[in-house]
Amino acid sequence: MSDKYQALPAPTPETQHFWDGAKEGELKLQRCTSCSHTYFPPRPFCPECASRDVEVYSASGKATLYSYVINHRAPKGWDAPYSIAVVELEEGPRMMTNVIGIAQTPEALELDMALEVSFEQVSDDIFLPKFKPSAGGAS
Amino acid sequence: MKPGSVAIVGAAETTELGRIPDLSEIGLHADAALNAMKDMGIGPKDIDGIATAGTSPTNLAHYLGITPTWADGTAVGGCSFMLHVRHAAAAINEGLCETVLITHGESGKSRVGKSGFGRSDGSLQGQFEAPFGPMGPPTMFTIPVLRYMKDRGLTHEQLANVSVVQREWAAMHPRATFRDPITIDDVLNSRMIAYPFRILQCCLVTDGGGALIMTSAERAKDFPTKPVYIIGTGESVETPMISQMADFTSSRAFRVSGKKAFDEAGISHSDVDHLMIYDAFAHLPIYGLEDLGFCEPGEAGQFIMERNTAPGGKLPMNTNGGGLSYMHSGMYGMYALQESVRQMRGTSPAQVEGAKISVSHGVGGMFGASGTIIMSNERP
Repeated sequence: MSDKYQALPAPTPETQHFWDGAKEGELKLQRCTSCSHTYFPPRPFCPECASRDVEVYSASGKATLYSYVINHRAPKGWDAPYSIAVVELEEGPRMMTNVIGIAQTPEALELDMALEVSFEQVSDDIFLPKFKPSAGGAS
Repeated sequence: MKPGSVAIVGAAETTELGRIPDLSEIGLHADAALNAMKDMGIGPKDIDGIATAGTSPTNLAHYLGITPTWADGTAVGGCSFMLHVRHAAAAINEGLCETVLITHGESGKSRVGKSGFGRSDGSLQGQFEAPFGPMGPPTMFTIPVLRYMKDRGLTHEQLANVSVVQREWAAMHPRATFRDPITIDDVLNSRMIAYPFRILQCCLVTDGGGALIMTSAERAKDFPTKPVYIIGTGESVETPMISQMADFTSSRAFRVSGKKAFDEAGISHSDVDHLMIYDAFAHLPIYGLEDLGFCEPGEAGQFIMERNTAPGGKLPMNTNGGGLSYMHSGMYGMYALQESVRQMRGTSPAQVEGAKISVSHGVGGMFGASGTIIMSNERP
């Protein structure tokens, strides 16, 4: 693709399911079948109770804007200003992302606003989970 | 550790600070080490324990001609040197070595002989943070702050004021990089780096180094320098991913490390005469004041605004000007420790009169790790 994504994720056996899901437009999380804890980033055991009995499932893709910065010094291939954000997924875990489809200003990017996942293809196999304002408005 | 059982007997920074294009990183380590050894009148053959980050203990031992019986290469970022002090105290008390040299050297600005920070695209950070366009710590370490501001009511003016007050301290230090006074308006009108952070709220990028030498309190009497006793120590780590920090308004590593150090020293907050909180960015002193227990959650911004940490205030903090004004080579923790030692020796250009207890608190990575060292010029 472009030279925008010089830092492309290199999936490992423990994270492959996440990137396979992203390619299919699904946001994959893991859940412990012993204690029901949902967690991210991926690992083959529960970080809450250490059980190895965990399952992968598809998250709703709904999230709220937890915190962010607006970067004004663009790396090669990026157009500043743009947000680097952490969203809180409806299922609980938080993840880093970019908020897209909205003005990249403090006025537009309101904390706790409703967002939904939108995958962006950045290579043959990698689709990054980005987030845009929720179509339904407030969650 | 037993409070006061170990002391810092040698301390020095590199001969120059700021821009040092004629020394490589290992050269900066050595320059600081030679200055610290000279400070107390010993040589490399007298050192039997070494600890360092940014280079390996092996590189350091070879370069300086040291044959150690104890070596520590703990590298958890800028607070690594606080952890080294803690580990060295334990090692000395355990009899693993007698005289420990701790060094830091970093060519942050000139980048001569710079050790690389490797990035792995397969690491969790490489997969789940790096692809979203971060440009180093100014765009990552800063991410929790908008959440803190909303939940705790911190204002942009209060955040800007952190830099203003620290500049007042820097003005007293001949070696500080930036010494001219600044106002809140200056900060809020300076160049935007990553909203809400402007350039005057981000640390400097400079070259330099520092070294500490430690030994038992008993042996400390054999040296000409005034001993600075270690009375409390703490450390912890949380996460290598800022996005996975459990609470965006408080650092778990800060809380754990700070409590451990205060419990060990057996002191209360009102006993503290001088405080250093690692300030790579303007929000760190705010998190530090609260997580160490000097302020209630949400009160630190106003606490600084009311000049409690400023010259003349009841809790002098970051009296060298901090990473925001004094210097910041990348791993600043060594300079916080150096200023604490100067204050305990009574030799700081911004000396706090009569100071007996100093707390030096560091961060590693981006809220990833923490180390806390409590020093005193009186043996408990």
